Amino acid sequence: MRALALGVIGLCSVLGLVGCSTSGTDAPEGSGALAEPGGPAAGTRDTDSEPTTLTVLAPASLTEAFTELATQYESLYPQVRIDLSFGSSTTLAQQVAEGVQADLFASAGTDALALLPERYARGGGETTIASNELEIAVELGNPRGITGLEDFTRTDLDTVLCVQTAPCGTAADEAFRAAGLTPTPVSREIDVKATLAKVSLGEADAALVYRSDVVTSTAVDGVTIPTEHNVSLTYPLVWFNAEPHTIGFVDLITGPDGRAALEAAGFAAP
Amino acid sequence: MMTDAAQSRQRDGVPAFRRRLAGSRAPLLTLATLGMALVVLPLLGLIARTDWPGLLTHLRAPVVWPAIRLSLITTLITLGLAMLLGTPLAWLLSRATGRLATWMRALLTVPVVLPPVVGGVALLLAYGRNGLVGAPVFDALGLRIPFTPLAVVLAQLFVSLPFYVLAVEGAMRSVDPRFDHVAATLGASPTRVFLRVGLPLAAPGIAAGAALAWARALGEFGATITFAGNLTGRTQTAPLAVYVALQSDPQAAIALSIAMLAVSIAVLGLLRGRWMG
Amino acid sequence: MTLEAHIRARRGDFEVDLAVHAEAGSVVALLGPNASGKTTTIDAIAGLVPLTGGHVRVGGRTWADAHTSVPPQERSTGLVAAQHLLFPHLTTLDNVAFGPRSRGMRRAPAHARARSELVALGIGELAARRPRELSQGQSQRAALARALATDPDVLLLDEPLSALDPATRAEVRAVLGRRLAAFPGVTLLVTHDPLDALTLADRLVFIDQGRIAQEGPPEEVIARPRDPYVAHIVGLNLYQGQTVDDATVSTVIGPVMTSGVESRGSCWVAFAPAAVSLYPELPVGSPRNAFRCTVASVEVLGQLARVRLTTSDGHPLVAEVTTTSVAELRLHTGAALWATVKATEVSAYPA
Repeated sequence: MRALALGVIGLCSVLGLVGCSTSGTDAPEGSGALAEPGGPAAGTRDTDSEPTTLTVLAPASLTEAFTELATQYESLYPQVRIDLSFGSSTTLAQQVAEGVQADLFASAGTDALALLPERYARGGGETTIASNELEIAVELGNPRGITGLEDFTRTDLDTVLCVQTAPCGTAADEAFRAAGLTPTPVSREIDVKATLAKVSLGEADAALVYRSDVVTSTAVDGVTIPTEHNVSLTYPLVWFNAEPHTIGFVDLITGPDGRAALEAAGFAAP
Repeated sequence: MMTDAAQSRQRDGVPAFRRRLAGSRAPLLTLATLGMALVVLPLLGLIARTDWPGLLTHLRAPVVWPAIRLSLITTLITLGLAMLLGTPLAWLLSRATGRLATWMRALLTVPVVLPPVVGGVALLLAYGRNGLVGAPVFDALGLRIPFTPLAVVLAQLFVSLPFYVLAVEGAMRSVDPRFDHVAATLGASPTRVFLRVGLPLAAPGIAAGAALAWARALGEFGATITFAGNLTGRTQTAPLAVYVALQSDPQAAIALSIAMLAVSIAVLGLLRGRWMG
Repeated sequence: MTLEAHIRARRGDFEVDLAVHAEAGSVVALLGPNASGKTTTIDAIAGLVPLTGGHVRVGGRTWADAHTSVPPQERSTGLVAAQHLLFPHLTTLDNVAFGPRSRGMRRAPAHARARSELVALGIGELAARRPRELSQGQSQRAALARALATDPDVLLLDEPLSALDPATRAEVRAVLGRRLAAFPGVTLLVTHDPLDALTLADRLVFIDQGRIAQEGPPEEVIARPRDPYVAHIVGLNLYQGQTVDDATVSTVIGPVMTSGVESRGSCWVAFAPAAVSLYPELPVGSPRNAFRCTVASVEVLGQLARVRLTTSDGHPLVAEVTTTSVAELRLHTGAALWATVKATEVSAYPA
């Protein structure tokens, strides 16, 4: 049986299963600086080498920004490993509700927060880290001359939207309602990245995605939507415990480095 | 001084103990039980979380019926095409010995092991608006393949045709080639040999291959969502509907899952004679 | 409808290279050790194995040569193998009608033709049965019926009786003999069993390593084997040698006195095992050939025993003696004794 248990642990470490995470079990000793609110001072190398794994769930739109920040944090604290899991916010929130252990959860929009069970919020906290708005992604150079939301009602164009259950899909429906339009998409893609990919691969003429997605893609151009029809989206960040490195990473995200990374990724300040 | 009896007890005792240890089935049983549990537990979870009294109501959710109908229609077309195109292919492969056949078999294995999403991307690059085949088709006929039920069928074919061909080829290969030889000397053309000898003799294998291929097509998710998109009633098959509904109407998703589970069990039932009988 | 073929085809590690000629209505038996190229020859004539050279012509029509290769279904052959290979999903009648149907005959006449062939082979009442409901012998008869129902120009029988038990074999052999007598085409019969060859064939062709070792009418081949395998099959002691004088031939087992040589030079010397007598001591003053031997094995067959001997030079010699002699001489393996043969019992003929 012992061999079996070892096998299971080995499996966890190989697969990096979030459910096996041992994060935040012990506060590292002698790391008073870390425990201070305000987190680790920049440049202060933590000498404690107790290995820690942080599990961070984030929406697909934060892929670039969070990957960069996690790399920064890991190079500051080599004993810390940050497992990033990107996906649809609702799917990720549901995984947490089903018992997946996570330290941080960032969401595109606030809707998914309702799915989080109350008990997960204990000892943690919540803040808003960014905002985003809808923008139309078109092929480079806008060859079909897309001008605005009304082009999504044209049947001679292949347009794609996010599925209604994804935040970008909800936002898109809201924008069309505000503009009094009924779109005729050829597909409602499963998440924002898949939606954008259809344009960047040249399979669709236009997709309604977030500004951040357009900014970070080199394969599409953006067509802005007038503010009166646009829907903005805030990005809340939830942390589920007050372990030093959880707070440390929150501080990095909300600090100047995080701000810069999010702005580079096309997000506006909250 | 040991008595003879004691000596013999000792002599026999050690091997007997080892025999008992080696003969014990406990380690095997433990691993086997664990393996079984890994398969059964998720199914139990699905069944336990199902709102059985409300199952019919959930199945009437707007997302369910179009998805089931689309899945049934597309998978049956896929199965028909897989059998029409795959059976002759399997027959020729089963009778081929050259290096070309070896390469073709290896190629057919690729979609079986390829992550379905990668398959979807490959399909886009082949049949998409800018694809190898898709671009000329689009230019000539104005026909756009992605985001259509045709794309759903193509995605299902891509993953299930190799399954079918490999399964049926195995069955056909076990048909003694001397039957073909005798049939040929009796005046049967290669097509007649295939129809009158190869097909009937490999019939059980063809049925099993067809059931496998159909189940594979029915469960197809990754390639479909990547290549065909997701639009209710047009390209949203049952697995896609399960995935989408899970975020908005989990009970509808579970009801649809139960429906698919029932179908899978029915297919297994059809195959019972082959693997469980 | 004659068969005129020169088969060159690859078979594993050697090439078959032999010519086969057969007149209409004749039966040619192909004999030879395992893996000598007999089946390859049959398959090449059927078109199942490609020729690497040579040709196959039947009744003036070319089935295969350097430029042509008529596919098997367009040749007119009937193939029967050791395993009956009846199609398991068809009734006996449909199996036999398969050939005529494949050649474009309509259903009713094809069934009539099949039924008459089943009757001719004595299994007309089994028409509705499936192959799994037939006995070994019945299956093999059905397979024969299937091969004959297309009235082939060339009937190819590849050890058709070898998988049958002895009693069934005799019965099917008799049926086959009767049916072949009325068969107008050429029959090639591959067999291991001399009895098949002697009772069914008009001509024997012995094959070894893809080449013809010896061929001829059965009487001639039996009387004058020119190949060790042939001698083994027909049951004669055979040695190669050179004539010394009008009656003596120098061979590997020593000089052998014969009933007289036909010509000078290289020749074969043969004598029957029954012509060999065994003595514990060298008999004195006898005008016999005498060879010092040791016993390799003894096989008792009723009143007779077959004694395999090894000469002092290590060559095999077979004697057939009475069982009484075995007891008197105490012929156990390793026993040393003398084998004698009267000169009048030894025939010598040119190589």
